Amino acid sequence: MNTSRLTRMILVLALAASGAAQAADDSASDSDKIEAYREMISDGNPAEFDEMRGEELWKKPAGPKNASLEKCDLGKGAGVVKGAYASLPRYFKDTKKVQDLESRLLTCMTTLQGIPEADITAKPFASDKKPSDISSLATYVVGQSKGIKMTVSTKHPKEKEAYEIGKRIFNYRAGPYDFACSTCHATSDVRIRMQDLPNFNVKADAQSAYSSWPAYRVSQGLTRSFQWRLNDCFRQQRFPEPKFASEATVALTMYLAVSANGADYAGPGLKR
Amino acid sequence: MNAKQLFGIAVSVCLASVTFSAQAGSKDDKKLDAKTTEIIKRDFRDKGIAKADRVNQDELQAACSKYLDDVPDKLKGKLEAAQAKEIKWPADGKYMGDWKAGEKLAQSGRGMTWSDKPEDTPGGNCYNCHRLSAKEIAYGTIGPSLLNYGKKRGTKEEVQRSVYGHIYNAKAYNACANMPRFGHMGILTEAQIKDLVALLLDPESPVNPKDASAAAK
Repeated sequence: MNTSRLTRMILVLALAASGAAQAADDSASDSDKIEAYREMISDGNPAEFDEMRGEELWKKPAGPKNASLEKCDLGKGAGVVKGAYASLPRYFKDTKKVQDLESRLLTCMTTLQGIPEADITAKPFASDKKPSDISSLATYVVGQSKGIKMTVSTKHPKEKEAYEIGKRIFNYRAGPYDFACSTCHATSDVRIRMQDLPNFNVKADAQSAYSSWPAYRVSQGLTRSFQWRLNDCFRQQRFPEPKFASEATVALTMYLAVSANGADYAGPGLKR
Repeated sequence: MNAKQLFGIAVSVCLASVTFSAQAGSKDDKKLDAKTTEIIKRDFRDKGIAKADRVNQDELQAACSKYLDDVPDKLKGKLEAAQAKEIKWPADGKYMGDWKAGEKLAQSGRGMTWSDKPEDTPGGNCYNCHRLSAKEIAYGTIGPSLLNYGKKRGTKEEVQRSVYGHIYNAKAYNACANMPRFGHMGILTEAQIKDLVALLLDPESPVNPKDASAAAK
Protein backbone atom coordinates (compact mmCIF):
# COMPACT_ATOMS: atom_id res chain seq x y z
CA MET A 1 0.00 0.00 0.00
CA ASN A 2 1.46 3.40 -0.94
CA THR A 3 1.33 6.55 1.18
CA SER A 4 -1.30 8.39 -0.83
CA ARG A 5 -3.61 5.39 -0.61
CA LEU A 6 -3.01 5.18 3.12
CA THR A 7 -3.82 8.89 3.55
CA ARG A 8 -6.98 8.50 1.53
CA MET A 9 -8.05 5.52 3.60
CA ILE A 10 -7.56 7.47 6.84
CA LEU A 11 -9.49 10.41 5.42
CA VAL A 12 -12.34 8.13 4.40
CA LEU A 13 -12.41 6.57 7.87
CA ALA A 14 -12.66 10.01 9.49
CA LEU A 15 -15.46 10.99 7.12
CA ALA A 16 -17.32 7.79 7.83
CA ALA A 17 -17.02 8.33 11.58
CA SER A 18 -18.52 11.81 11.37
CA GLY A 19 -21.20 10.58 9.00
CA ALA A 20 -22.20 7.79 11.35
CA ALA A 21 -23.31 10.24 14.02
CA GLN A 22 -25.47 12.23 11.61
CA ALA A 23 -26.97 9.08 10.22
CA ALA A 24 -28.67 8.16 13.50
CA ASP A 25 -32.02 9.64 12.43
CA ASP A 26 -31.65 8.70 8.80
CA SER A 27 -34.21 6.20 7.54
CA ALA A 28 -31.76 4.35 5.28
CA SER A 29 -31.05 0.85 6.56
CA ASP A 30 -27.58 0.06 7.89
CA SER A 31 -26.83 -2.07 4.88
CA ASP A 32 -27.56 0.84 2.51
CA LYS A 33 -25.19 3.08 4.47
CA ILE A 34 -22.51 0.42 4.51
CA GLU A 35 -22.96 -0.15 0.79
CA ALA A 36 -22.27 3.55 0.19
CA TYR A 37 -19.28 3.36 2.49
CA ARG A 38 -17.99 0.30 0.68
CA GLU A 39 -18.10 2.18 -2.59
CA MET A 40 -16.21 5.10 -1.05
CA ILE A 41 -13.32 2.89 -0.08
CA SER A 42 -13.56 0.33 -2.84
CA ASP A 43 -9.83 0.54 -3.46
CA GLY A 44 -8.86 -0.05 0.14
CA ASN A 45 -10.24 -1.76 3.25
CA PRO A 46 -8.66 -0.94 6.64
CA ALA A 47 -8.48 -4.73 7.15
CA GLU A 48 -5.40 -4.51 4.90
CA PHE A 49 -3.43 -3.23 7.90
CA ASP A 50 -4.31 -6.39 9.78
CA GLU A 51 -3.47 -8.53 6.73
CA MET A 52 0.01 -6.97 6.63
CA ARG A 53 0.47 -7.53 10.35
CA GLY A 54 -0.60 -11.16 9.92
CA GLU A 55 1.77 -11.71 7.02
CA GLU A 56 4.69 -10.49 9.10
CA LEU A 57 3.69 -12.76 11.97
CA TRP A 58 3.41 -15.71 9.57
CA LYS A 59 6.94 -15.22 8.27
CA LYS A 60 8.72 -14.17 11.45
CA PRO A 61 10.32 -16.80 13.72
CA ALA A 62 8.59 -16.71 17.11
CA GLY A 63 7.80 -18.71 20.26
CA PRO A 64 10.04 -20.97 22.36
CA LYS A 65 10.99 -22.90 19.19
CA ASN A 66 11.82 -19.68 17.36
CA ALA A 67 10.07 -20.92 14.24
CA SER A 68 7.93 -19.17 11.65
CA LEU A 69 4.59 -20.57 10.50
CA GLU A 70 5.84 -21.12 6.97
CA LYS A 71 5.61 -24.91 7.49
CA CYS A 72 2.04 -24.72 8.76
CA ASP A 73 -0.27 -26.99 6.76
CA LEU A 74 -3.66 -25.36 6.29
CA GLY A 75 -4.88 -28.25 4.18
CA LYS A 76 -3.16 -27.51 0.88
CA GLY A 77 0.27 -28.69 2.00
CA ALA A 78 2.92 -27.25 4.32
CA GLY A 79 3.21 -23.50 3.90
CA VAL A 80 0.52 -23.15 1.22
CA VAL A 81 -1.66 -20.17 2.10
CA LYS A 82 -3.13 -19.39 -1.31
CA GLY A 83 -6.70 -20.68 -1.50
CA ALA A 84 -6.49 -22.55 1.81
CA TYR A 85 -9.32 -20.67 3.51
CA ALA A 86 -11.79 -21.39 0.68
CA SER A 87 -11.68 -25.09 1.64
CA LEU A 88 -11.85 -24.72 5.42
CA PRO A 89 -13.00 -26.21 7.74
CA ARG A 90 -11.66 -29.64 6.78
CA TYR A 91 -10.44 -32.88 8.34
CA PHE A 92 -6.74 -33.01 9.25
CA LYS A 93 -5.03 -36.36 9.58
CA ASP A 94 -2.39 -35.23 12.05
CA THR A 95 -4.86 -33.96 14.65
CA LYS A 96 -7.64 -36.41 13.59
CA LYS A 97 -10.01 -33.48 13.82
CA VAL A 98 -12.07 -31.21 11.64
CA GLN A 99 -10.54 -27.76 12.07
CA ASP A 100 -11.49 -24.26 11.01
CA LEU A 101 -8.83 -21.69 10.23
CA GLU A 102 -8.37 -20.42 13.77
CA SER A 103 -8.24 -23.86 15.43
CA ARG A 104 -5.72 -24.92 12.76
CA LEU A 105 -3.60 -21.82 13.39
CA LEU A 106 -3.75 -22.70 17.06
CA THR A 107 -2.35 -26.17 16.24
CA CYS A 108 0.46 -24.66 14.16
CA MET A 109 1.37 -22.05 16.78
CA THR A 110 1.53 -24.64 19.56
CA THR A 111 3.30 -27.40 17.62
CA LEU A 112 5.63 -25.46 15.30
CA GLN A 113 6.36 -22.47 17.52
CA GLY A 114 5.87 -24.11 20.91
CA ILE A 115 3.60 -21.36 22.23
CA PRO A 116 1.46 -22.69 25.12
CA GLU A 117 -2.17 -23.01 24.00
CA ALA A 118 -3.47 -21.14 27.04
CA ASP A 119 -1.33 -18.12 26.12
CA ILE A 120 -3.18 -17.90 22.81
CA THR A 121 -6.71 -18.77 23.91
CA ALA A 122 -6.71 -16.47 26.96
CA LYS A 123 -7.31 -13.43 24.71
CA PRO A 124 -7.90 -14.68 21.17
CA PHE A 125 -9.69 -11.52 19.98
CA ALA A 126 -8.29 -8.06 19.29
CA SER A 127 -9.27 -5.13 21.52
CA ASP A 128 -8.68 -1.36 21.40
CA LYS A 129 -5.72 -1.90 23.68
CA LYS A 130 -4.10 -4.93 22.15
CA PRO A 131 -4.12 -6.63 18.75
CA SER A 132 -4.44 -10.41 18.60
CA ASP A 133 -1.75 -12.39 16.78
CA ILE A 134 -3.99 -15.34 15.92
CA SER A 135 -6.66 -12.97 14.64
CA SER A 136 -4.18 -11.04 12.45
CA LEU A 137 -2.82 -14.33 11.12
CA ALA A 138 -6.37 -15.32 10.21
CA THR A 139 -6.90 -12.02 8.38
CA TYR A 140 -3.72 -12.63 6.37
CA VAL A 141 -4.71 -16.18 5.45
CA VAL A 142 -8.28 -15.33 4.37
CA GLY A 143 -6.97 -12.50 2.19
CA GLN A 144 -5.06 -15.11 0.22
CA SER A 145 -8.36 -16.73 -0.81
CA LYS A 146 -9.94 -13.57 -2.19
CA GLY A 147 -11.73 -14.37 -5.45
CA ILE A 148 -11.37 -18.14 -4.98
CA LYS A 149 -14.48 -20.33 -5.10
CA MET A 150 -15.55 -21.81 -1.78
CA THR A 151 -15.29 -25.60 -1.91
CA VAL A 152 -15.69 -27.00 1.58
CA SER A 153 -15.81 -30.80 1.57
CA THR A 154 -18.13 -33.09 3.51
CA LYS A 155 -16.65 -36.26 1.98
CA HIS A 156 -14.74 -37.43 5.03
CA PRO A 157 -17.10 -38.98 7.63
CA LYS A 158 -15.77 -36.56 10.26
CA GLU A 159 -16.50 -33.61 7.95
CA LYS A 160 -20.02 -34.89 7.33
CA GLU A 161 -20.48 -35.36 11.07
CA ALA A 162 -19.26 -31.84 11.83
CA TYR A 163 -21.74 -30.47 9.27
CA GLU A 164 -24.61 -32.42 10.84
CA ILE A 165 -23.69 -31.32 14.35
CA GLY A 166 -23.29 -27.74 13.17
CA LYS A 167 -26.78 -27.83 11.69
CA ARG A 168 -28.15 -29.00 15.03
CA ILE A 169 -26.29 -26.26 16.91
CA PHE A 170 -27.73 -23.71 14.45
CA ASN A 171 -31.22 -24.77 15.47
CA TYR A 172 -30.52 -25.28 19.20
CA ARG A 173 -32.83 -23.09 21.28
CA ALA A 174 -31.80 -22.36 24.85
CA GLY A 175 -31.06 -19.64 27.37
CA PRO A 176 -33.32 -17.05 29.02
CA TYR A 177 -34.59 -15.78 25.63
CA ASP A 178 -35.09 -19.22 23.99
CA PHE A 179 -32.99 -18.10 21.04
CA ALA A 180 -31.22 -20.28 18.47
CA CYS A 181 -29.15 -19.00 15.55
CA SER A 182 -32.21 -19.84 13.47
CA THR A 183 -34.43 -17.44 15.44
CA CYS A 184 -32.86 -14.55 13.54
CA HIS A 185 -31.19 -16.30 10.59
CA ALA A 186 -33.79 -18.62 9.06
CA THR A 187 -36.25 -16.05 7.67
CA SER A 188 -35.70 -13.80 4.66
CA ASP A 189 -35.83 -10.02 4.61
CA VAL A 190 -36.02 -9.39 8.34
CA ARG A 191 -33.94 -7.10 10.49
CA ILE A 192 -33.14 -6.25 14.13
CA ARG A 193 -33.69 -2.52 14.46
CA MET A 194 -32.03 -1.34 11.20
CA GLN A 195 -29.66 -4.27 10.85
CA ASP A 196 -30.56 -6.63 7.96
CA LEU A 197 -30.16 -10.32 8.78
CA PRO A 198 -28.98 -13.03 6.39
CA ASN A 199 -31.16 -16.14 6.06
CA PHE A 200 -28.77 -19.09 6.12
CA ASN A 201 -31.40 -21.40 4.63
CA VAL A 202 -31.13 -19.38 1.42
CA LYS A 203 -28.01 -20.05 -0.63
CA ALA A 204 -27.43 -16.50 -1.86
CA ASP A 205 -27.78 -15.05 1.65
CA ALA A 206 -25.47 -17.66 3.17
CA GLN A 207 -22.91 -17.05 0.45
CA SER A 208 -22.79 -13.28 0.76
CA ALA A 209 -22.77 -13.39 4.57
CA TYR A 210 -20.15 -16.09 5.01
CA SER A 211 -17.83 -14.96 2.23
CA SER A 212 -17.61 -11.42 3.66
CA TRP A 213 -16.16 -12.54 7.03
CA PRO A 214 -13.65 -11.96 8.64
CA ALA A 215 -14.26 -8.24 8.34
CA TYR A 216 -13.22 -4.79 9.45
CA ARG A 217 -15.91 -3.45 11.78
CA VAL A 218 -16.24 0.31 11.28
CA SER A 219 -18.10 0.73 14.59
CA GLN A 220 -15.28 -0.98 16.48
CA GLY A 221 -12.28 0.08 14.41
CA LEU A 222 -11.05 -3.51 14.45
CA THR A 223 -10.75 -6.42 12.06
CA ARG A 224 -12.81 -9.29 13.42
CA SER A 225 -12.26 -13.01 12.84
CA PHE A 226 -14.94 -15.60 12.18
CA GLN A 227 -14.54 -17.07 15.67
CA TRP A 228 -15.23 -13.57 16.99
CA ARG A 229 -18.33 -13.34 14.80
CA LEU A 230 -19.75 -16.52 16.32
CA ASN A 231 -18.72 -15.48 19.83
CA ASP A 232 -20.62 -12.19 19.56
CA CYS A 233 -23.68 -13.92 18.05
CA PHE A 234 -23.83 -16.22 21.08
CA ARG A 235 -23.47 -13.20 23.37
CA GLN A 236 -26.50 -11.58 21.78
CA GLN A 237 -28.28 -14.92 21.83
CA ARG A 238 -27.90 -14.68 25.65
CA PHE A 239 -25.86 -17.89 25.66
CA PRO A 240 -22.80 -18.55 27.82
CA GLU A 241 -19.47 -18.10 26.03
CA PRO A 242 -18.40 -20.65 23.43
CA LYS A 243 -14.82 -21.76 24.08
CA PHE A 244 -12.41 -20.44 21.46
CA ALA A 245 -11.80 -22.86 18.59
CA SER A 246 -13.95 -25.50 20.32
CA GLU A 247 -15.60 -28.38 18.50
CA ALA A 248 -18.98 -26.63 18.81
CA THR A 249 -17.72 -23.50 17.04
CA VAL A 250 -15.91 -25.51 14.36
CA ALA A 251 -19.02 -27.63 13.66
CA LEU A 252 -21.19 -24.52 13.37
CA THR A 253 -18.61 -22.94 11.06
CA MET A 254 -18.65 -26.12 8.97
CA TYR A 255 -22.42 -25.89 8.58
CA LEU A 256 -22.28 -22.22 7.57
CA ALA A 257 -19.29 -22.67 5.26
CA VAL A 258 -20.89 -25.58 3.40
CA SER A 259 -24.07 -23.50 3.07
CA ALA A 260 -21.91 -20.89 1.33
CA ASN A 261 -20.15 -23.31 -1.04
CA GLY A 262 -19.87 -22.06 -4.61
CA ALA A 263 -19.44 -18.42 -3.61
CA ASP A 264 -16.35 -16.50 -4.63
CA TYR A 265 -14.68 -15.78 -1.32
CA ALA A 266 -14.65 -12.00 -0.90
CA GLY A 267 -13.06 -11.29 2.49
CA PRO A 268 -11.72 -9.69 4.48
CA GLY A 269 -14.94 -7.71 4.32
CA LEU A 270 -16.16 -4.43 5.65
CA LYS A 271 -19.04 -4.13 8.09
CA ARG A 272 -20.93 -1.47 10.04
CA MET B 1 -20.45 -66.57 -12.72
CA ASN B 2 -22.48 -65.20 -15.62
CA ALA B 3 -23.69 -61.68 -16.19
CA LYS B 4 -27.20 -62.46 -14.92
CA GLN B 5 -25.87 -63.81 -11.61
CA LEU B 6 -23.61 -60.80 -11.25
CA PHE B 7 -26.54 -58.50 -11.84
CA GLY B 8 -28.56 -60.35 -9.24
CA ILE B 9 -25.81 -59.96 -6.66
CA ALA B 10 -25.46 -56.29 -7.49
CA VAL B 11 -29.20 -55.73 -7.04
CA SER B 12 -29.32 -57.53 -3.71
CA VAL B 13 -26.27 -55.64 -2.45
CA CYS B 14 -27.96 -52.37 -3.44
CA LEU B 15 -31.22 -53.38 -1.76
CA ALA B 16 -29.37 -54.44 1.36
CA SER B 17 -27.49 -51.16 1.54
CA VAL B 18 -30.69 -49.18 1.03
CA THR B 19 -32.37 -51.01 3.92
CA PHE B 20 -29.27 -50.68 6.00
CA SER B 21 -28.87 -46.95 5.46
CA ALA B 22 -32.56 -46.33 6.12
CA GLN B 23 -32.23 -48.03 9.50
CA ALA B 24 -28.90 -46.46 10.17
CA GLY B 25 -30.40 -43.06 9.29
CA SER B 26 -32.57 -42.81 12.36
CA LYS B 27 -29.95 -44.46 14.53
CA ASP B 28 -27.37 -42.03 13.18
CA ASP B 29 -29.70 -39.12 13.85
CA LYS B 30 -30.08 -40.15 17.47
CA LYS B 31 -26.35 -40.57 17.79
CA LEU B 32 -25.78 -37.14 16.27
CA ASP B 33 -28.41 -35.57 18.55
CA ALA B 34 -26.69 -37.09 21.58
CA LYS B 35 -23.25 -36.01 20.41
CA THR B 36 -24.49 -32.46 19.75
CA THR B 37 -25.84 -32.18 23.27
CA GLU B 38 -22.59 -33.56 24.69
CA ILE B 39 -20.53 -31.05 22.69
CA ILE B 40 -22.73 -28.09 23.61
CA LYS B 41 -22.58 -28.96 27.31
CA ARG B 42 -18.81 -29.21 27.14
CA ASP B 43 -17.93 -26.27 24.89
CA PHE B 44 -19.71 -23.35 26.58
CA ARG B 45 -18.51 -21.75 29.77
CA ASP B 46 -19.55 -19.16 32.36
CA LYS B 47 -18.92 -15.58 31.40
CA GLY B 48 -20.20 -12.74 33.57
CA ILE B 49 -23.86 -13.27 34.33
CA ALA B 50 -24.23 -15.83 31.51
CA LYS B 51 -23.60 -19.15 33.23
CA ALA B 52 -22.81 -22.37 31.38
CA ASP B 53 -26.02 -24.05 32.54
CA ARG B 54 -27.99 -21.75 30.24
CA VAL B 55 -27.41 -24.29 27.47
CA ASN B 56 -29.55 -26.84 29.32
CA GLN B 57 -32.88 -26.92 27.52
CA ASP B 58 -36.29 -27.08 29.13
CA GLU B 59 -38.97 -29.32 27.58
CA LEU B 60 -40.23 -26.59 25.27
CA GLN B 61 -36.82 -25.52 23.98
CA ALA B 62 -35.87 -29.14 23.32
CA ALA B 63 -39.08 -29.85 21.39
CA CYS B 64 -38.85 -26.67 19.27
CA SER B 65 -35.19 -27.40 18.45
CA LYS B 66 -35.96 -31.00 17.53
CA TYR B 67 -38.87 -30.13 15.23
CA LEU B 68 -37.29 -26.93 13.84
CA ASP B 69 -40.11 -24.88 15.42
CA ASP B 70 -42.78 -26.95 13.69
CA VAL B 71 -43.93 -29.36 16.40
CA PRO B 72 -46.79 -31.80 15.69
CA ASP B 73 -50.21 -30.38 16.66
CA LYS B 74 -50.80 -32.71 19.59
CA LEU B 75 -47.47 -31.93 21.19
CA LYS B 76 -47.91 -28.22 20.42
CA GLY B 77 -51.19 -28.14 22.36
CA LYS B 78 -49.62 -29.97 25.27
CA LEU B 79 -46.63 -27.62 25.41
CA GLU B 80 -48.83 -24.52 25.22
CA ALA B 81 -51.11 -25.77 28.00
CA ALA B 82 -48.10 -26.46 30.22
CA GLN B 83 -46.77 -22.93 29.60
CA ALA B 84 -50.20 -21.33 30.20
CA LYS B 85 -50.48 -23.06 33.56
CA GLU B 86 -47.29 -21.32 34.69
CA ILE B 87 -48.45 -17.76 33.99
CA LYS B 88 -48.62 -15.70 37.18
CA TRP B 89 -51.46 -13.25 36.72
CA PRO B 90 -51.32 -9.94 38.64
CA ALA B 91 -52.76 -10.40 42.12
CA ASP B 92 -54.54 -7.03 42.00
CA GLY B 93 -56.37 -7.96 38.79
CA LYS B 94 -54.94 -4.89 37.00
CA TYR B 95 -53.10 -5.31 33.71
CA MET B 96 -52.31 -1.78 32.56
CA GLY B 97 -49.48 0.38 33.88
CA ASP B 98 -47.80 3.52 32.55
CA TRP B 99 -47.25 3.65 28.77
CA LYS B 100 -44.40 6.20 29.17
CA ALA B 101 -42.42 3.76 31.29
CA GLY B 102 -43.40 1.07 28.79
CA GLU B 103 -42.00 3.07 25.85
CA LYS B 104 -38.67 3.49 27.66
CA LEU B 105 -38.57 -0.20 28.39
CA ALA B 106 -39.50 -1.07 24.78
CA GLN B 107 -36.57 1.00 23.52
CA SER B 108 -33.99 -0.82 25.62
CA GLY B 109 -32.37 -3.83 24.00
CA ARG B 110 -30.14 -4.46 26.98
CA GLY B 111 -30.09 -7.32 29.39
CA MET B 112 -29.00 -10.87 30.12
CA THR B 113 -25.88 -10.95 27.89
CA TRP B 114 -22.50 -11.71 29.42
CA SER B 115 -21.52 -8.06 28.90
CA ASP B 116 -24.47 -6.84 31.00
CA LYS B 117 -23.85 -6.34 34.70
CA PRO B 118 -25.92 -8.12 37.35
CA GLU B 119 -27.36 -4.76 38.45
CA ASP B 120 -28.41 -3.77 34.89
CA THR B 121 -32.16 -4.08 34.48
CA PRO B 122 -33.05 -5.93 31.29
CA GLY B 123 -35.06 -3.94 28.77
CA GLY B 124 -38.08 -5.13 26.83
CA ASN B 125 -36.16 -5.45 23.55
CA CYS B 126 -39.46 -4.68 21.80
CA TYR B 127 -38.19 -2.39 19.03
CA ASN B 128 -35.52 -4.96 18.14
CA CYS B 129 -38.26 -6.99 16.46
CA HIS B 130 -41.48 -4.93 16.32
CA ARG B 131 -42.72 -1.64 15.02
CA LEU B 132 -44.57 0.14 17.85
CA SER B 133 -44.66 3.93 18.12
CA ALA B 134 -45.19 5.70 14.80
CA LYS B 135 -42.35 8.05 15.79
CA GLU B 136 -39.69 5.36 16.07
CA ILE B 137 -38.41 4.43 12.63
CA ALA B 138 -35.52 2.19 13.76
CA TYR B 139 -37.63 -0.88 14.38
CA GLY B 140 -36.98 -4.53 13.61
CA THR B 141 -39.20 -6.77 11.52
CA ILE B 142 -38.76 -10.26 12.97
CA GLY B 143 -42.10 -9.80 14.76
CA PRO B 144 -45.28 -8.23 13.35
CA SER B 145 -45.91 -4.48 13.42
CA LEU B 146 -47.79 -3.46 16.56
CA LEU B 147 -48.54 0.08 15.41
CA ASN B 148 -52.21 0.89 16.14
CA TYR B 149 -52.46 -2.30 18.18
CA GLY B 150 -54.81 -0.81 20.78
CA LYS B 151 -56.88 1.12 18.27
CA LYS B 152 -57.91 -2.07 16.58
CA ARG B 153 -58.70 -3.90 19.80
CA GLY B 154 -59.81 -1.42 22.44
CA THR B 155 -59.06 -1.76 26.15
CA LYS B 156 -61.56 -4.37 27.29
CA GLU B 157 -60.32 -6.47 30.20
CA GLU B 158 -60.05 -9.65 28.11
CA VAL B 159 -57.84 -7.78 25.63
CA GLN B 160 -55.62 -6.47 28.45
CA ARG B 161 -55.37 -9.93 29.94
CA SER B 162 -54.44 -11.49 26.62
CA VAL B 163 -51.69 -8.90 26.00
CA TYR B 164 -50.35 -9.42 29.52
CA GLY B 165 -50.30 -13.18 28.94
CA HIS B 166 -48.55 -12.85 25.58
CA ILE B 167 -45.76 -10.72 27.04
CA TYR B 168 -45.49 -12.90 30.14
CA ASN B 169 -45.27 -16.08 28.08
CA ALA B 170 -45.75 -15.94 24.30
CA LYS B 171 -45.22 -19.69 24.16
CA ALA B 172 -48.49 -20.31 25.99
CA TYR B 173 -50.18 -19.09 22.78
CA ASN B 174 -47.71 -20.38 20.17
CA ALA B 175 -45.30 -23.02 21.44
CA CYS B 176 -42.33 -22.20 19.21
CA ALA B 177 -42.85 -18.45 18.82
CA ASN B 178 -39.66 -16.45 18.37
CA MET B 179 -40.59 -14.10 21.22
CA PRO B 180 -38.92 -14.61 24.61
CA ARG B 181 -41.00 -15.52 27.67
CA PHE B 182 -40.47 -12.25 29.52
CA GLY B 183 -42.38 -13.11 32.70
CA HIS B 184 -41.79 -16.86 32.75
CA MET B 185 -38.01 -16.44 32.47
CA GLY B 186 -37.86 -13.59 34.99
CA ILE B 187 -36.64 -11.06 32.41
CA LEU B 188 -39.30 -8.46 33.27
CA THR B 189 -41.28 -7.84 36.46
CA GLU B 190 -45.05 -7.78 36.77
CA ALA B 191 -45.01 -3.97 36.93
CA GLN B 192 -42.85 -3.73 33.79
CA ILE B 193 -45.14 -6.06 31.86
CA LYS B 194 -48.09 -3.87 32.89
CA ASP B 195 -46.25 -0.84 31.51
CA LEU B 196 -45.81 -2.64 28.20
CA VAL B 197 -49.50 -3.60 28.12
CA ALA B 198 -50.24 0.12 28.52
CA LEU B 199 -47.82 0.99 25.73
CA LEU B 200 -49.80 -1.27 23.40
CA LEU B 201 -53.34 -0.47 24.54
CA ASP B 202 -53.50 2.98 26.17
CA PRO B 203 -55.28 5.43 23.82
CA GLU B 204 -52.67 8.05 24.80
CA SER B 205 -49.74 5.82 23.79
CA PRO B 206 -47.79 6.71 20.63
CA VAL B 207 -48.51 3.15 19.48
CA ASN B 208 -52.07 4.38 18.94
CA PRO B 209 -51.51 7.76 17.25
CA LYS B 210 -54.50 10.06 16.89
CA ASP B 211 -53.61 11.63 13.56
CA ALA B 212 -55.05 9.74 10.65
CA SER B 213 -51.93 9.64 8.47
CA ALA B 214 -49.89 7.71 11.04
CA ALA B 215 -52.85 5.52 11.84
CA ALA B 216 -53.28 4.57 8.21
CA LYS B 217 -49.81 3.01 8.03
